[in-house]
Amino acid sequence: MKSKMGNTFRTVFAHVVLIFLSFLCLFFFYILFVNATRSHADLQKGFSALPGSYLLQNLKNVANDGTFPMIRGILNSLIVSGCSAAICTYFSALTAYGLYAYDFKVKKVAFTFIMAILVMPTQVTAMGFLRLITNMGMYDSLLPLIIPSIASPAVFYFMYSYLQSSLPLSLIEAARIDGSGEFHTFNRIVIPIMKPAIAVQAIFTFVGCWNNYFVPALVIQSKDKMTVPILIATLRGADFMSFDMGKIYMMIMVAIVPIILVYLLLSKFIIAGVTLGGVKE
Amino acid sequence: MKQKRKKIDYAKWGYLFILPFFVCFFIFSFIPLIDTIRYSFFEYYRSGIKEIGPNFIGLANYISLIGSDMLKYAGNTLILWVIGFIPQIVIALLLASWFVDARLKIRGTQFFKVVIYLPNLIMASAFAMLFFTMFSTNGPINSILMNLGWISERIDFLGSVFGTRTLVGLMNFLMWFGNTTIMLMAAIMGISPDIFEASEIDGCNSVHRFFYITLPLIRPILAYTLITSIIGGLQMFDVPQILTNGQGTPDRTSMTLIMFLNSHLKSKNYGMAGALSVYLFIVSGILCFFVYRMTNDNDPDGSKAAAKRAKKQRRK
Repeated sequence: MKSKMGNTFRTVFAHVVLIFLSFLCLFFFYILFVNATRSHADLQKGFSALPGSYLLQNLKNVANDGTFPMIRGILNSLIVSGCSAAICTYFSALTAYGLYAYDFKVKKVAFTFIMAILVMPTQVTAMGFLRLITNMGMYDSLLPLIIPSIASPAVFYFMYSYLQSSLPLSLIEAARIDGSGEFHTFNRIVIPIMKPAIAVQAIFTFVGCWNNYFVPALVIQSKDKMTVPILIATLRGADFMSFDMGKIYMMIMVAIVPIILVYLLLSKFIIAGVTLGGVKE
Repeated sequence: MKQKRKKIDYAKWGYLFILPFFVCFFIFSFIPLIDTIRYSFFEYYRSGIKEIGPNFIGLANYISLIGSDMLKYAGNTLILWVIGFIPQIVIALLLASWFVDARLKIRGTQFFKVVIYLPNLIMASAFAMLFFTMFSTNGPINSILMNLGWISERIDFLGSVFGTRTLVGLMNFLMWFGNTTIMLMAAIMGISPDIFEASEIDGCNSVHRFFYITLPLIRPILAYTLITSIIGGLQMFDVPQILTNGQGTPDRTSMTLIMFLNSHLKSKNYGMAGALSVYLFIVSGILCFFVYRMTNDNDPDGSKAAAKRAKKQRRK
């Protein structure tokens, strides 16, 4: 009886804590949303909990602002994130398949090497990277933001674990007997089997690139090549107080809403994907 | 004989398939790394439009970095990380154990999971910008507090060391506690239910169960979370950079190591940036080694080692 009471108390307590934390997570986005719907003059008067009617006007102001080319920025971000997600997942799957399905001399060394650099921060090579792409004539272009994602050790590791659990080697043998070429086998048999893993990693790579700020901020100079995070950062650097606040809230909203929408559509899938890349048990 | 020739043939494909990865790594990571290390021994910077160097100066960059504010920034990074990490791991452990506890009957688990994971996907720079506008002296947080009558005059959150550091910590906490919760949940669900049942029959209450069963059994994942979080903390950049406009205000107390590196790169002081990168490389290399040990270890919880030790002692 006593333990039942204790359990009820714990249940109530757990719900209170959970509701508080959820409130904390959503509160800031709610304020963002409300303020994005109000005009500058309204915002100066103080905070109100109810949304205003200025949403479309703010959106128009953001879209027409020449000094902060938000639409161009979103387009650039989409190009970089989309291409990165595509080539990152494809080449990671290819590398994982190469190390999983074939036996060759340096196999073990190559695997160990990738595992050793699994969590190496990109920032430590940033200086040499900057000089390299300057010498290669790729400074201030989107290419150096895309191409290096071919070598993503973390995605590779995920793909490798997935292959181990879901691709029997006998299947490859069978394909060989049927006369399928090695590359053909990979594209037509292995890739379809790996679809779930590729989808999860494509989402995470996309989000990671969309949010990436450090490298693009070093590489991109001209306004028409800026990605969304750099635009947000220049917003912070500008003479802040002379700005239309409604527009600033709108810009922040434009930067994060696409990801939130994708997340709400695929949340189950994404949350299940979080743990798959973790440690082996 | 024929079989053997075929095997050699296939090996060729293996090399071919892993080639793009290694070529790309070599060009975009390895060459830059060597270049970075090389220039860390040179005096090479730009003063105005004049380029000075590169002149070989040995370890002078490393020594002058030690003498500069680098250690202070390392301290800042550590403090900012700790402020975010401690509540993160405590809350995550609590939530994870609640979510998997069937007797608590938590409603809407999926909803809560979706909500607490949401901040993890938000662009850190936009999140920081949002916090900056909200906590500025004219921002909504101040006006809400005023309306509630909790404060009589506006607080300058970003003007104080405590305020700025707490805000950075709060943002890091919000962004990562959901992720950690989900990781730990998977770990706890991996524990065999038999163990929990046995403990219950033995009269174990929920507090004992948490400290004597759950916690020791998820130790490998906890350690993994800790170390990957340290590596993430070492790279802390977006949030404090945008929040303080790269200045680390007030008085550079929220300047992190990567912000310091970024300012050297922006001012094209390649020698110093190189030396700083090498320091970071060494630290993260050590941390990577631990992660490597964990992800490749077939004895993650040390039980095999313990068994071996016990065997040895018995033999004596």
